[in-house]
Amino acid sequence: MDCARVENGAGNGRGTAAVAGRQDGEAVALRPHAEDAFAKELAALAAADDRPRPERWRLSPWAVATYLLGGTLADGTVITPKYVGPRRIVEVAVTTLATDRALLLLGVPGTAKTWVSEHLAAAVSGDSTLLVQGTAGTPEEAIRYGWNYARLLAHGPSRDALVPSPVMRAMAEGMTARVEELTRIPADVQDTLITILSEKTLPIPELGQEVQAVRGFNLIATANDRDRGVNELSSALRRRFNTVVLPLPATPDEEVDIVTRRVDQIGRSLDLPPAPDGMAEIRRVVTVFRELRDGLTTDGRTKLKSPSGTLSTAEAISVVTNGLALATHFGDGVLRPSDVAAGILGAVVRDPAADRVVWQEYLESVVRERDGWKDFYRACREVSA
Amino acid sequence: MTTRTAEHGTERGTGERRAAGPWLLGVRHHGPGSARAVGAALAQYEPKALLIEGPPEADALVALAADEEMRPPVALLAHVADDPGRAAFWPMAEFSPEWVALRWALRRGVPVRFIDLPAAHSLAGSGSGSGPEEPSLAGPEAEAEAEAEAGEGTAPDGPAEPAGPVAGDARVDPLGVLAEAAGYDDAERWWEDVVEHRGTAASGDALAPFEALAEAMGALREEGEAGEEGGASRDAVREAHMRLRLREARREFGDDIAVVCGAWHVPALARRTTVTADRALLKGLPKAKVSVTWVPWTHRRLSRSSGYGAGIASPGWYGHLFSSPDRPIERWLTKVAGLLRGEDYAVSTAHVIEAVRLAESLAAMRGRPLAGLTETEDAVRAVLSDGSDVPASLIHDRLVVGDVLGEVPRAAPAVPLQRDIARLQRTLRLKPEAKERELELDLRKETDAARSRLLHRLRLLDIPWGAPTHSRTSTGTFRETWRLRWEPELSVRVAEAGIWGTTVLAAATARAASDAADAGALAEVTALAERCLLAELPDALPVVMRVLADRAALDADVGHLAQALPALVRSVRYGDVRGTDAAALREVAVGLVERVFVGLPPACASLDAEGAAEMRTHLDATQQAVGLLSQVTEDGGLRGRWTAVLRVLAEREAIPGLIRGRAARMLVDDGRLEDGGTGGTGGTSSAGEGDGTRGDGGAARLMGLALSPGVPPADAAAWIEGFVGGGAGGGMLLVHDERLLALLDGWLTRVPGEAFTDVLPLLRRTFSQYEPGVRRTLGELVRRGPVAAGAVGGGAAVGHGAAGGGEEAAAPGFGPGLDRDRAAAVLPTLHALLGEGPDGRDRALTTTGTDTPSGERR
Repeated sequence: MDCARVENGAGNGRGTAAVAGRQDGEAVALRPHAEDAFAKELAALAAADDRPRPERWRLSPWAVATYLLGGTLADGTVITPKYVGPRRIVEVAVTTLATDRALLLLGVPGTAKTWVSEHLAAAVSGDSTLLVQGTAGTPEEAIRYGWNYARLLAHGPSRDALVPSPVMRAMAEGMTARVEELTRIPADVQDTLITILSEKTLPIPELGQEVQAVRGFNLIATANDRDRGVNELSSALRRRFNTVVLPLPATPDEEVDIVTRRVDQIGRSLDLPPAPDGMAEIRRVVTVFRELRDGLTTDGRTKLKSPSGTLSTAEAISVVTNGLALATHFGDGVLRPSDVAAGILGAVVRDPAADRVVWQEYLESVVRERDGWKDFYRACREVSA
Repeated sequence: MTTRTAEHGTERGTGERRAAGPWLLGVRHHGPGSARAVGAALAQYEPKALLIEGPPEADALVALAADEEMRPPVALLAHVADDPGRAAFWPMAEFSPEWVALRWALRRGVPVRFIDLPAAHSLAGSGSGSGPEEPSLAGPEAEAEAEAEAGEGTAPDGPAEPAGPVAGDARVDPLGVLAEAAGYDDAERWWEDVVEHRGTAASGDALAPFEALAEAMGALREEGEAGEEGGASRDAVREAHMRLRLREARREFGDDIAVVCGAWHVPALARRTTVTADRALLKGLPKAKVSVTWVPWTHRRLSRSSGYGAGIASPGWYGHLFSSPDRPIERWLTKVAGLLRGEDYAVSTAHVIEAVRLAESLAAMRGRPLAGLTETEDAVRAVLSDGSDVPASLIHDRLVVGDVLGEVPRAAPAVPLQRDIARLQRTLRLKPEAKERELELDLRKETDAARSRLLHRLRLLDIPWGAPTHSRTSTGTFRETWRLRWEPELSVRVAEAGIWGTTVLAAATARAASDAADAGALAEVTALAERCLLAELPDALPVVMRVLADRAALDADVGHLAQALPALVRSVRYGDVRGTDAAALREVAVGLVERVFVGLPPACASLDAEGAAEMRTHLDATQQAVGLLSQVTEDGGLRGRWTAVLRVLAEREAIPGLIRGRAARMLVDDGRLEDGGTGGTGGTSSAGEGDGTRGDGGAARLMGLALSPGVPPADAAAWIEGFVGGGAGGGMLLVHDERLLALLDGWLTRVPGEAFTDVLPLLRRTFSQYEPGVRRTLGELVRRGPVAAGAVGGGAAVGHGAAGGGEEAAAPGFGPGLDRDRAAAVLPTLHALLGEGPDGRDRALTTTGTDTPSGERR
């Protein structure tokens, strides 16, 4: 999960340690849930919201969209933007939740999928904790239900011996459930969702009962679209989802901004001194990443081949952080081209044959000719040779 | 029939005519909602005459619109009679209100008049300024575009027309203001919601929407005009003319007249002004003789992306809205599903249902009365295409814009392109004759060069009047021979080519740009670039180059890149011959070569025999291209980098023998193989760092390696084919470098008997290509073999012997020491050839001694 694209305005974001208003004695959560961190905004929105709300929704779809995108309410309350990106994406996502179709958020790593899903759940149901984390080992019980074996042995099968999954609870209470990294879940377990999403019911054959979803239930899944091949969704399941792709940052400045801020945060936690003159290098890394990713130079005049890697913002952040560590421990503390060159090479050349050609072409046709990039070109040639 | 629109927003409205009067139907051009409303209003009010915003010159052409063969989209084209480059278009689609009105009137036999400012004035005015006679780049829209800039308003642009960047004056955007007032961020969407998507109310007055609109426009104009001083703009003049025509029509037909014009003009037409004031505005306008005709149009050219200022972004969508009787969203998404199924996407009916639901919910959430294009696009993306952009762009291209092509009846007057060709034929004294004849052109003469250009341009336009042939008498870059023959069907081709532009130059430029965009293979684009140079289309060339560079960047196949090289390099040379600025071309060519450099080594690895043979031709093409390019560019490093690439090719094990041999040969030919200096650094270093050791010691080393006993004989034979094979000059190396011949000879005798039969065909293929003389000499050398081979073979000793010698070090393949007597014998002849005096003797001798070892031997 990465909140790279989220504006870290006052009092939000991952870095916020606790919510104001908690009692002194209470242990402070390292990272509060969205519905706690933004309780005030949610309350203000609920108060100002006079549009029709779907059943069991805390807010109207319009208010949910406003909560994510930010804005100012009639009473002057400022809603901070949680997601910086195209408005229509959020509108489609919210509208999907209002229908009975499930929502699938796709995107390369570092595009705030999890962040968006958490805030959607918080705004719609007031609870973002009904969460199933998808892994290669996620069992069916995580999606359907499990048993409390002590009770099962003592009293036999009954509703009391049943341990409901987050999805089951969401169905029963008409809430929003979340499934993270859906494509990491084995295909047979994934398919458990089909009945839930199409019939809106979860049979419990052991008891001869079923749990029927009440109105207000819906499900948000996230998946990494670069790993799509891991456990590709069956078309039966895919048909139950509306797909929304979260894009990478739209402008270089936005991305440089995100990278700088995150590098700063990470750097502080690693006790790295702030780079005095690193801005130019960060801009360069972002430029290289964007150009290769888009297959187009920033001046829009030359097309390029794109390598097989994602080259996401998150990777740019790690290249710069790495370079900073190199500069601090082995260099003179100033971020230089040679510090980032190896990192960039590693990020770009994932497939040794095809990507190397892409990288060499980029070096020879773009980097070599560019003014002020001589040092960088030399550093790159050194590590690529 | 309760109100008279004209009276709205004006203070002088008198009650007496309220029930009748000219009905001013303000529309948005190409708006399907407007078209429907106009249709309904006409049906309800049945006017006795119809006035349409358009050039009055076209009055005579109105009847053609009823022709069976006329199929929209079409455009009225007006151009200056003797200068077809100055032209303006009035496009009409099936869903244009003007078209709907026109067809209605023709069906009812109601007279139609066009009332806009005559094209005679507007074109005469615009010609002087940023006139469209300079065919600007990139498209048949060139004129339309230029027209939109120069004569803003001659085209029936939308009510948004004053919003455009009108010659630098920042007038407010009237629709934008209205949309903002309604809480919309996008004026287009607002218009769609308020007018286009609102079906005509089943009951009530068909004029009602027009009245409301006229009122809003009136309010807007009042604001706008307050700030606008001395508004004798084009609009004012046009509106004055429209009022005069309206008055005329009222005298003739009474008040039962309908006027279809841009909504922006409605308040101006309703305004009461005096005839004299209007006449005064129109006084002294420049005038030109213009011709008017109908031309076919396309949806693509209606769309804004093709540069037509007053265009619409989604003609296909509008066409759909206009033609579907009900449930437009359901019908549209069904269409989309049909398209996607045709492209092998799995789209079920359930998908369509879900997409419709999502689109409608989205519209509700966004507060729109009906789902629009944005909603359906979002829904398609989320439901039908799993978030992918590929189907979305397909849908945009095929459905939202669409491929509809209009047709015009044969009876329509000639297109301007035809006149332009006729004019050129006259000035260049080239008569179109049905009989075939040959034409010799000397490009140094101006007329001939112009003729050549015309023929090349016509060929680009698919009008193959002349076909280039090889001359029997003369060759050379300055001569061209054509075979001319004008067949009757060429006239049809000319008419077809009319959509590209109004002059040959403009049309050819537009066509070339379009061809470049559509070209499949890279080589096609380079060929096109060559044709652009021949046809001298300076404006098309940058577009083609751009496409070329893009294709080259994305093409991963080195073969394609190498194939594209020869034509490109030829173009660079032609460019120089013809004095065209070929700098851009050169840049692209160098870029292409660089890409080949990077891609060649990996592409050469692990090839089979066939692939290797093909790659060898690419290698040859690149070698030639580098040779030519390094002559014309200042980039000295090009050759050095090529040498580095060749070294890698010559030494890498995984590369087939044929390629390695070929690369080695190229290095030898370029004199880039120093002794032993062939480390695998792969860098661009050491190119031509002449340290005195010249010659082919490296070649011997490479050959020795390739022909080592451990190498499979078939590989070795392939290497030999690459190294000394290939027609002219291939064998001469062996004739002159006996050391290499000895190595070859030695290898051949070592080939085991069973392998010999495998090797034989390869060797035969290699040696049979030599000229008979070379073959005989080689045979003699081999027969004499043991002596020569023994003497030289010792010196070669695979590696270092040659370089390690003293001052009189032997040139590789030659005996040690300089035989001064024998060398002196050739000096007189050399002096005679070089024209040097006797004092140059010593210099000549040293030169001969060190640099041209072959001379010494002779």
